[in-house]
Amino acid sequence: MRALPQGERMEATSNTFSRTLLAVLAHLGLLAAWYAFVALGDVPKYVMPSPLATAKALFDANYNWWLNSGVTALEIFVGYFLALAVGVTLALLFTWSKALEAFFMPLLVSLNMIPKVALGPLIIVWFKYGIFPNSLMAFSIAVFPILLTTARGLRETEPELLDLVRALRGSRWQLFTKIQLPGALPYIFSGMKVGAILAVAGAIVGEFLSSDKGLGYLMLQVQVTLDTPAMFMAVILITLIGVALYGSVLLLERLLVSKDARIT
Amino acid sequence: MTEPFIHLSGVSKTYHRGGAAHLAISDATFDVMPGELVSLVGPSGCGKSTLLKVLAGLHPHDAGEVRIGSGTHAFDPARDVGMVFQAPLLLKWRRILQNVLLPAEILGLPMGEARARARALLSLVGLEGSEDKYPYELSGGMQQRAAIARALVHDPKLVLMDEPFGALDALTREKMNLELLRIWKESGKTILFVTHGISEAVFLGTRVVVMTAGPARMADNILIELPTPRTLDMKTHEMFGNYTRRIYRLLGME
Repeated sequence: MRALPQGERMEATSNTFSRTLLAVLAHLGLLAAWYAFVALGDVPKYVMPSPLATAKALFDANYNWWLNSGVTALEIFVGYFLALAVGVTLALLFTWSKALEAFFMPLLVSLNMIPKVALGPLIIVWFKYGIFPNSLMAFSIAVFPILLTTARGLRETEPELLDLVRALRGSRWQLFTKIQLPGALPYIFSGMKVGAILAVAGAIVGEFLSSDKGLGYLMLQVQVTLDTPAMFMAVILITLIGVALYGSVLLLERLLVSKDARIT
Repeated sequence: MTEPFIHLSGVSKTYHRGGAAHLAISDATFDVMPGELVSLVGPSGCGKSTLLKVLAGLHPHDAGEVRIGSGTHAFDPARDVGMVFQAPLLLKWRRILQNVLLPAEILGLPMGEARARARALLSLVGLEGSEDKYPYELSGGMQQRAAIARALVHDPKLVLMDEPFGALDALTREKMNLELLRIWKESGKTILFVTHGISEAVFLGTRVVVMTAGPARMADNILIELPTPRTLDMKTHEMFGNYTRRIYRLLGME
């Protein structure tokens, strides 16, 4: 935290408070509009259930909400962390070897052009269905933004800072941990935030294509019986998993990156 | 007669870029005595920054002799070079004290001692009380003071400065010139000071090495016999004017 003058700090606090209040109000407003639309518009339940009917779907034990949510969350997290590990490692290798970067970077930019969703049927052919292939979908879609922004962040280091470390005969590892990585952190987080949203979409697409567990799988099951409240609930739960992931990334960013360095 | 701390003789360096050879320095020949502050002055492309990089051991030279250190003043290339650039290049995620400590961390020096030294240096450069601030909270001149403290924290024998005050406004620059002379006197370091500014070079230097561009070569090595300590009113002395005029002439500007 920075030390701000007293008045400025109070102003900042009250500003944050009113912003939070407005955000909460906007969400409650959407909920109220949803309720009013269903109640006043006489909309059939299979088209749009009320918030209450949606909440009730949660108590239908047949849907195994815990298991299905757990499976989807697992797929997302495994895919996401794989993307983070691979993305940052490759970006690091590229900063260490110009030749490696010159060879692989154009290739990766081209590969990034592939709509990753289109790989779904292939991934199923290669790995059957289940948690791992769905994680792979999440991975394939989340890895590129993380890799590309990290590589960019590592490249941004001022050459003279590298000179400073080299003049002291510092090691590559010191250069990486003391200068390049902390300098690239704002970029890594910017890639991680984009990746978090994409990983959720990847896992769900995987489940749509082929799976026997998970919230995406459940949505296809209840679509057949036109249980729209359960579909609504599944979407809400998927969103909450995404929010949890995105929120943790944001929290980590707050802890590790000073405010003036954050990329929004 | 003391031995020179730095001895350069016929030093040349050519860069090869895309098949074309670019002569960055040719025939640089001069000595620097221990504890001297030598200014290197010349236009862009005269090779003065390249020369600093050769001295820092960042680039090899092609021809000639570079000898740093003497019997009485041993030189360890890893530990005995401090560098200051035109930009302060402070790490914005570190507080000032932690920034100053960076070279000590890289060299693996005992941190307790280094911390005490860093605090002493911050007060030497006039930044007492700013230890726990972040770089963005300091002005450009203050950031450059922190960068000077960082260059001194591992107690190097040689400090290489590459246009350190080039980005500052004229008044701050004059003030920093006086500060540098004071820091130099109190620390007793050998300093090589690269600058575009002719009057800055004369004001600061015990000697001024003049370099010209196109082709890059060393044009002169002038002993500046102004009294020490230097004061701002010396800039109006006849001697000062003679030195600057001589350098202007060498650079083909008169």
